[in-house]
Amino acid sequence: MAILEAPSDQLADVVPAPRHRPWWRHTSSLLFLVPATIWLLAIVIYPVFATIRYSLFDETASHFVGLSNFKTLFTSDDLLVAFRNNIIWVVIFPFFVTFFGLVFAVLTERIGWATVFKTIIVMPIVFSTTASALVWAEIFTNSQPQIGAVNAFLETVSDWFNPPGLYPISSSAGQTVAGLASYGLHPGASNTLLSSSTVHPGGVVRLGMVGIVPTTLQTLGAEQAHLPNAASGVVSGVVWRDFSPTSSNLTTPQAGEDGLPDMRLALVSSAGAQLASTSTDAHGTFQFTGVQPGTYHVEVAASNFGSGFAGVNWLGSQSLTPTGGAGQTAQALFSVPLIDMSMIIAYLWIWAGFAMVILAAGLASIDRAVLEATRIDGATELQTFRRVTMPLLAPVLTVVFVTMVINVLKIFDIVINMAPGSSQQQANTLALSIYNDGFTSGIHTGLASAIAVVLFVLVVPAMLWNLKKLKASGY
Amino acid sequence: MIDTSVPVQQNLPRAGGHRFLATIKPPRVALNVLLLVVALLWLMPTITLAIISLRPESLYQVSGWWKILTAPSQFTFSNYSQLFSQGLAAGGLLDSLVTSLEITVPATLLVTLLSSLAAYSIVFGRWRGRTAVFLGVVGLMVVPVQVALLPVVQLYRAFGSLTGFNPYGTIEGVVIFHVAFGLPFGIFLMRNFYVGIPLDLVEAARIDGAGEVKLFRRLIVPLGMPAVASLLIFQFIWVWNDLLVALVFLGGYPHTPLTLFLYGQTRALGENYWIISTGGMISIIVPLIVFFSFQRYFVRGMLAGAVK
Repeated sequence: MAILEAPSDQLADVVPAPRHRPWWRHTSSLLFLVPATIWLLAIVIYPVFATIRYSLFDETASHFVGLSNFKTLFTSDDLLVAFRNNIIWVVIFPFFVTFFGLVFAVLTERIGWATVFKTIIVMPIVFSTTASALVWAEIFTNSQPQIGAVNAFLETVSDWFNPPGLYPISSSAGQTVAGLASYGLHPGASNTLLSSSTVHPGGVVRLGMVGIVPTTLQTLGAEQAHLPNAASGVVSGVVWRDFSPTSSNLTTPQAGEDGLPDMRLALVSSAGAQLASTSTDAHGTFQFTGVQPGTYHVEVAASNFGSGFAGVNWLGSQSLTPTGGAGQTAQALFSVPLIDMSMIIAYLWIWAGFAMVILAAGLASIDRAVLEATRIDGATELQTFRRVTMPLLAPVLTVVFVTMVINVLKIFDIVINMAPGSSQQQANTLALSIYNDGFTSGIHTGLASAIAVVLFVLVVPAMLWNLKKLKASGY
Repeated sequence: MIDTSVPVQQNLPRAGGHRFLATIKPPRVALNVLLLVVALLWLMPTITLAIISLRPESLYQVSGWWKILTAPSQFTFSNYSQLFSQGLAAGGLLDSLVTSLEITVPATLLVTLLSSLAAYSIVFGRWRGRTAVFLGVVGLMVVPVQVALLPVVQLYRAFGSLTGFNPYGTIEGVVIFHVAFGLPFGIFLMRNFYVGIPLDLVEAARIDGAGEVKLFRRLIVPLGMPAVASLLIFQFIWVWNDLLVALVFLGGYPHTPLTLFLYGQTRALGENYWIISTGGMISIIVPLIVFFSFQRYFVRGMLAGAVK
C-alpha cells in the first residue's frame, strides 16, 4: 500500500490539489470500481459462500445435514475415483509439462527457426479443449488400427516383427485354431494343426477346415478344390474349406467347395522333425517331392493363423497397476487407468507451449554477465546450466508448475470430451463430478457443493502463494 | 588494458547464452532434425482434424486419414458444403458459429471495459484501501468456475422471479457469468500495465483540470492500448473455447455455441465424426486467425498473467 501510494502522496505534498475542485472529483474514480465490484460480489464472491452453505444442506438445500455430504464424498467409491484421478493428474502432469517446456525453451535457443518452432508448439493453446480432446480421442481410437494413428503405427511395427497370417483367427470372438479342424486334422503343438493319419510317399492327404470366412477366399483368389493324383515318392494332398450346405459327404472336396490357397504346410517325420515345407495353390493342392520311404504327418503351420496386432484400448479403463484382485475401494484408490495417461499426453500437447513461452522469457531475462563470469571462472556449460541458470530460473519454474497444478485441479473439458462413455466413470475428476452430480440426472446440490468446497480448499494454497509472491515483488 | 577487454567481448555468447549442450557437442544437424520431428508431431493432431474434415464421410470407418497421402482423389469439400447447406437453422453449424460470436463479443468487450475502469481506479484513484482491493482481485484469479455454478443458477432464478427476466438459459446469463470470471485476470493485467504509466502525467492532467472520465478516455485508454489488445485476445479465446459455462447455463436454449455443438455431436448416436471433424475445424479457425494476427499480444498477455 505504502509503495503504491507513496508517489502520489509526495506529489500531493508538493503540488496541492486546486481548491476550487469539487468534492466529487476526489471520489469519482471510486465510481469506476463499482461495476466490477458488483459483478464480482454477485457472481464470484457471494457464490463461494453460498456453495459452502449448500454443502451443509441436503439435496434440495432445505435441511441442514452437517458434514454428511463430506462423509459421502470421502466414502463413496465413485468420488474416491475422482479424487484419485485428480491426484494422478497433479502428480504427473505439472512435472512433465514443465520439463517439456524447459527442454523446448533451452533447445530452441540453438536453432535458426526458433520462431516457427515456438509458434507450432504454442498453437494448440488457442484451440478449445473440446476440439483438442475430440482429435486426440481419434488419434487414440480403440482397437481399430485401421483408423487410430497410434494403433496404426503400433500395428506397422508389430507386423514387422510378427506378421499376421492369411487366415487370422479372432481370439476375442472365441475362435481357436483347434476349432478350424474339420476332417483329417487334429490340433498339434502351439497353434498348429496336424494330419490325423500318417502318410507314406505316394499317398494323398485330405485336410478339411471350417470357420474360414468366404470373403477371405475371394481375396486370396481361391478356386474349386480337387484331389491331386498320387505319384511315387511324392506326398500330395488338398487343404479345402470343408463346408458346403448341400453335401453330405464330408471326407473329400465337393463341387462348390474351394481350396485354401497359400496355406503354409510342413512335412513332419514320425520323430516330430520338420523335413520340408510348401504351400498350397489356388485349388488348395500341394505336394512334397522326393520324399524318402517312411511315415510322416502333414502339419499346418501356426503362422497361417497369426491374428497380428489387435490394437490397444488407449481410451479404456484397464489399470496400469495390478489392482485386479483388490476390493472395490482399494481399486478406486489405487488403479491407474490407461485413459488417464492418454488424456495427459493430449493435455501436454495443449500446454507445453505455455510452459515453453514462460520459461523462454525467464531464460532470456537471466543476466548474461553472470553467465559469462562463471564461464571465465572455468565452469563448463553444463555446470553453468546446473549451478547458475537453473537456480536463477527456479522462480519461473515454480510459476509454471503452480499454474499447471491449479489448471489440472479444475480439469474438466478434456475428460468429458475424450473419455468414451464406457471409461468415463473411471476417468472421473472432481470438476467433472461437480457437473455430473449438480446438473445432470438426479441433482445432488448438497454433494456437488461439498465437492466444490473441497476443490476450492485445494486451490487456496495456490491463491496464498500468488499473494505472497506478489507481496515479495513489491506489487 | 584495452587488450584485455576485447577478447571478453568476443567471447560473449550470441543470441541465447545457455549453450550447455555445447559440452556434449551434438551435431547441429541432429538437434535440428530432432526439433523438426517434434514440430511435425505437434502439428499432427491439427493435420488429422483438417484431413478428416476433407475426406468423404463414407471413408471414415474404412481407413485412416493418412490414406489421402497416397490417394489425393479422396480430397473433398462435401462435408463443409453439407454442413453449410443447413444455413442458419437452429442447432446447425453456422447457427453455432453465430451463437459463439453472440456470447464471445459482448463478454470480451465488457470484461475489457470494466477491467480498465477498475484498474484505473485502483492505480490512479485517491481512495484508501486500493492495495487491499487489488490483492483481493488477485486472490479471486484462481477461484474455480465450478464453485460458482450452482449458486449462480439459483441467483438467476431468484432474479427472474423478482424482475421477470431469468438469465438462466439465455445468452445474457452466459455472458454475465463469463464477465465475472474474466474480471480478476483482466483487472490484474490492466493494473500491471497502468502502474508503468508515470503518475506525474496523470497529476499534470488533473492540475490542468481534466476530470476522471476525461483523463481515462483521453490519456489512460490510449496509453493502455497494448494491454487492452492482450486482454481482448485472451478473453476472446477463453470465452470462445468455454464448454462448461455454456453446458450449465444454456440448458433449454435452442442455439448452442460451437463447443456445445461439438460436445452434443459426440453424445449423438451414429457415425458422425465427419460432423465433429468439420465442426472442430470451424471452431479452431477463428481462434487461429486471432492468434496469428495478434501473436505478439497473445504471448505478452500470457507472460503478464504468469510472471509478474
